Amino acid sequence: MSDIALTSAPAHLRHGSSIGQPLTRRDGPLKVTGEARYAADNHPPGMLFAVLAVSTVARGRVLGFDLAAAKGHPGVVEVMTPVNRPPLAGDPDGKESPFAFRMDVLQNDRVRYPQQPVAVVIAETLEAATEGAALLAPRYEAEPARVGLDGAEPFAPKVVGAGNPASARHGDVESGLRAASHRLEATYETPAQYHNAMEPHAIVAAWDGDTLSIDTPSQGMALTQARIAGLFGIPPAGITIRSPFLGGGFGSKGLLNGPQVLGILAARLVGRPVKLVLRREQMYGPVGHRAPTRQTIRMGTDAGGAFTAIANQARTATSTFDDFIEPAADVAHALYATPALLTGHDAVRLDTGTPMFMRAPGEAPGSIALESAVDEMAEACGMDPLAFRLKNYAEVEPSSGRPFSSKALRECYAQGAERFGWSRRPLAPRRMRDEAGLLVGWGMGTAIFPALMFAGHARAVLKADGTGVVETGAHDMGQGAWTALAQIAADGLGLPLDRIEFRSGHSALPDAGLAGGSAHTATAGVAIDRAGADAIAKLAGLATRDRRSPLFGAGNAGVVARDGRLHRRDDEARSEGYADILARAGLGEIEGRGTGAADPAAQAAFAMHAHGAVFAEVKVDPEFGQVRCTRLVGAFAAGRVVNPRMVRSQYKGGMVWGVSFALHEQAVTDGRTGRVMNANLAEYHVPVNADVPSLEAILVHEHDPHVNPLGIKGVGEIAITGTAGAVANAVWHATGVRCRHFPIGLEQLIGV
Amino acid sequence: MGLSIALTVNGAPHRVELEDPRVTLLDLLRERLHLTGTKKGCDRGQCGACTVLLDGRRTNACLALVAAHDGADVLTIEGLASGGELHPVQAAFIAHDALQCGFCTPGQIMSAVGLIAEGHAGNDPERVREGMSGNLCRCGAYAGITEAVLDAQGRLARGSEAA
Repeated sequence: MSDIALTSAPAHLRHGSSIGQPLTRRDGPLKVTGEARYAADNHPPGMLFAVLAVSTVARGRVLGFDLAAAKGHPGVVEVMTPVNRPPLAGDPDGKESPFAFRMDVLQNDRVRYPQQPVAVVIAETLEAATEGAALLAPRYEAEPARVGLDGAEPFAPKVVGAGNPASARHGDVESGLRAASHRLEATYETPAQYHNAMEPHAIVAAWDGDTLSIDTPSQGMALTQARIAGLFGIPPAGITIRSPFLGGGFGSKGLLNGPQVLGILAARLVGRPVKLVLRREQMYGPVGHRAPTRQTIRMGTDAGGAFTAIANQARTATSTFDDFIEPAADVAHALYATPALLTGHDAVRLDTGTPMFMRAPGEAPGSIALESAVDEMAEACGMDPLAFRLKNYAEVEPSSGRPFSSKALRECYAQGAERFGWSRRPLAPRRMRDEAGLLVGWGMGTAIFPALMFAGHARAVLKADGTGVVETGAHDMGQGAWTALAQIAADGLGLPLDRIEFRSGHSALPDAGLAGGSAHTATAGVAIDRAGADAIAKLAGLATRDRRSPLFGAGNAGVVARDGRLHRRDDEARSEGYADILARAGLGEIEGRGTGAADPAAQAAFAMHAHGAVFAEVKVDPEFGQVRCTRLVGAFAAGRVVNPRMVRSQYKGGMVWGVSFALHEQAVTDGRTGRVMNANLAEYHVPVNADVPSLEAILVHEHDPHVNPLGIKGVGEIAITGTAGAVANAVWHATGVRCRHFPIGLEQLIGV
Repeated sequence: MGLSIALTVNGAPHRVELEDPRVTLLDLLRERLHLTGTKKGCDRGQCGACTVLLDGRRTNACLALVAAHDGADVLTIEGLASGGELHPVQAAFIAHDALQCGFCTPGQIMSAVGLIAEGHAGNDPERVREGMSGNLCRCGAYAGITEAVLDAQGRLARGSEAA
């Protein structure tokens, strides 16, 4: 089995209708045996090891290194600094596109954030390269670090997130607040977070003349290839990227980053293949993070609990040299009905690496703040939090007035609440204890994530032996692309899964679009489906125009492809196998091409979002303030489910991230040095198995005829939203304490 | 300075000539023996991705210096399946979708095999969760991992009773 083609099929397979089946992961056998080859597992002949030396100051200039010590260490082959770094054709500080972020690749002696690469040591062994990097001992001229959301003068960004307007207004918020019977103004703070995929960023780079071959985890091979081409002045076709498996991405492997370029440059410098892998602490600088936010939410309702206004003004941070503005306030645009809505953002420039897309960018911090505020508002109105949300249920998208393409949120609320037992919840806090005397609380939150699509392409081939090959350069970072896209591919060609070969994870294949925005299955899936349809249409054309075929005269629209045969739609007894049609036409194969992209007309007419409802139980030690999330039930509606087993895993994983957001993870920055003090997996807390005892994800049926031809919305990010707020609200219900700084720690609850 | 170390890795004897005493068991497996199933997630014993069985005990290979383990017996993820048949823990991980990206999976599986052998967890999910909490999974596949460990433990227990 090659690393770019999976041909085996699992046992429980319903021929002819793969979509919707709960198949096990097709890459599962490779992953449980250690055979799945991740980037850093590659070792081409003659390969050297590169290790970064990174800055220990947040701002300033590198004055020099102890080059002699590093070069003198046995096994060290070369040290790359700004002095001897091979030239680049393109500017690493250029902004050719909104997806080109400035990177640090030894273009000068400036330091603009801690953990910035300042040199690369290349050696015969990993041990020698590591020691060499330590021996470099850079000397700095350090300047004071700008730290924290009050650490610099705020500015008004032009756009937030991936190009959204920085502010939005609908109706008159101020008069809505004046007219309100109940009002809330509260400020919520969320910390800087780091993606911390289990797989550190890695690259194995090998040059052959001016052609480049790299193994590197990528959520966007085509964009990466184009950026490398620009930087090195070589044609994209001369760059081969293999990325069959990512050890997690979460947004941090979407776009080309500096360390990847440094690996390529190191290979150029020494004329041998080079492997460069980030150390865990080096992932807290040059490869992105989620910026902190401070969100001031104002809300008002009438006497009956209906919103009169919702406003969120969010402060966030970006780097001193580039812009990524966490669009935290925008999650309010589509969630609750309100006659007046106002969102806005400002930001400060800090001495950090540039923030980046991180799983549910904007939605995650926005949701925990909004859902907390909604819970506080429900309390102010004396209403059950679910009843309050139903009272403010948005029948159309509040910010735009557009109808939803589909929205089964009521069913999510109902099924989730039923399963959780929400109706037994006492309205007041501090009413429940367990047998050990721990305070017990129940909270809920609404989940929402937009149904996005990028542009992607695919190729489908029917072969003379009646089997099929489907190709698209998709990215599997754990969401199950190898499985789900193959299921779509099989149905697209009307073949059982074991008769197609699905090729993916390689830059030579058609561009499947970025694996981000929870859009990959929809984008690549539609491209695959269209490619299959194109191939089948050509095959049908051959048969229905051929007098010798039993399908002669049926017309292109008059056949059904199923199980490797075309059948007349009006008389299914008349059919012919793919191989027979191709053989009679004297063809070795027939090829179809397809593209997946959003339909602008549908986007203009409809608001498109996935929805969900999450219910959480926490237990809090009344003396020590220790919190544990003991039970979570999430019910989600996201259009058509391609593989329920994998979708359920995506939801559960997202819910774990929600718990992590509410209770665990934060990067803590030293105010004096600007350095992250907990840049490791012991002190940057992410949930362990014991932190999430009970998780349940319910798949709520939803048919969406508008979102795309397959009716697929995304599932990768939505479950963080809703969950984080549900946990925070459960903490209030357990303790009566409103925690507005996240993550909620025992210091906020001790002695409650 | 040369060191000559004898190791048994997945049942096969290895004589390792080390010119460098700094080599960890993890880097030896990955970079010199090319057994790359064992993963490096943190290189300081915090994530569990490099878990192997060292003389039968769950061990973070990144914290074990090869020079200190002359004569040791090492079992890695590559040595778990026998004759093309998956170990019950491996099969259970697939059946319960106890993985997503798969990067922590070799460590999770080796840790589960060790945990079951230790015999402390029984069929108590809470103890399995505690016993597996040295292995981080950023994808959040914990629910499936716990189910898989319990399932495999049951199968192994029934298998040993039958034998």
